[in-house]
Amino acid sequence: MKKTPLIILTFFAVALIYSTSWLPNLGDPQSLHHREHSPIGSQVAADYYIKFAGQDAASPNIVTVILADYRAFDTLGEIIVILTAGIVCFVILRKNL
Amino acid sequence: MITSSNNPILIIASRFLTPFIQLFALYVIVHGHYGPGGGFQGGGILAASIILLRLSLGTEKSEKVFRRTWGIPLGFFGALVFFSIGLLTMLFGGNFLEFDELGLLGFNKVGSHFYGILLIEIGVGIAVMSTIVSIFDNLSGELDGD
Repeated sequence: MKKTPLIILTFFAVALIYSTSWLPNLGDPQSLHHREHSPIGSQVAADYYIKFAGQDAASPNIVTVILADYRAFDTLGEIIVILTAGIVCFVILRKNL
Repeated sequence: MITSSNNPILIIASRFLTPFIQLFALYVIVHGHYGPGGGFQGGGILAASIILLRLSLGTEKSEKVFRRTWGIPLGFFGALVFFSIGLLTMLFGGNFLEFDELGLLGFNKVGSHFYGILLIEIGVGIAVMSTIVSIFDNLSGELDGD
């Protein structure tokens, strides 16, 4: 392995591992990510999802409910992105359309 | 065009494995409510099963399972399933993709969310599967000049 990539990779590895030391512990109720209200007092969306996702859609999987119910419009955009990638491959790579 | 493999072990093993992979993919799509999974993952596994057939049996024989010309139209069909659910909820008087309004089809309030998510995941699965297979076909067809 050449020297320059090795130095760069080592630097990035050290930086990434060092930055993980600031992360909150898993499931820590005091962490900023798990607060119920934002600094100005409004309710945080993640808090609502965790509390009501199971009741709203009869599904124990919160991720599916967020992706396909609360943010279904976002998922529609993702599908269109994938379709666009397929169409672009079709247009560029096909010789005889 | 990918030519068929000469190795009988490879052909028999891939033909034996493909139904199980596809069954698992359907399980992942339908089981997205209760565990890890959903349309994107299940569609990826379905595409992997078809690409396995493409690589082992060759393009010509595996076209009995999934034709090369089906890729883009089926992708549009999957997106259309998704979109038409949203239009259906608008037709029943709600917002776009507001599943509460599916109750007019005979579901209760929670059930309308449940089946709305299921229908959407099926559309996502069809679109992802056929788009991945279509990209693979376009990439592999160009290699030999086709």
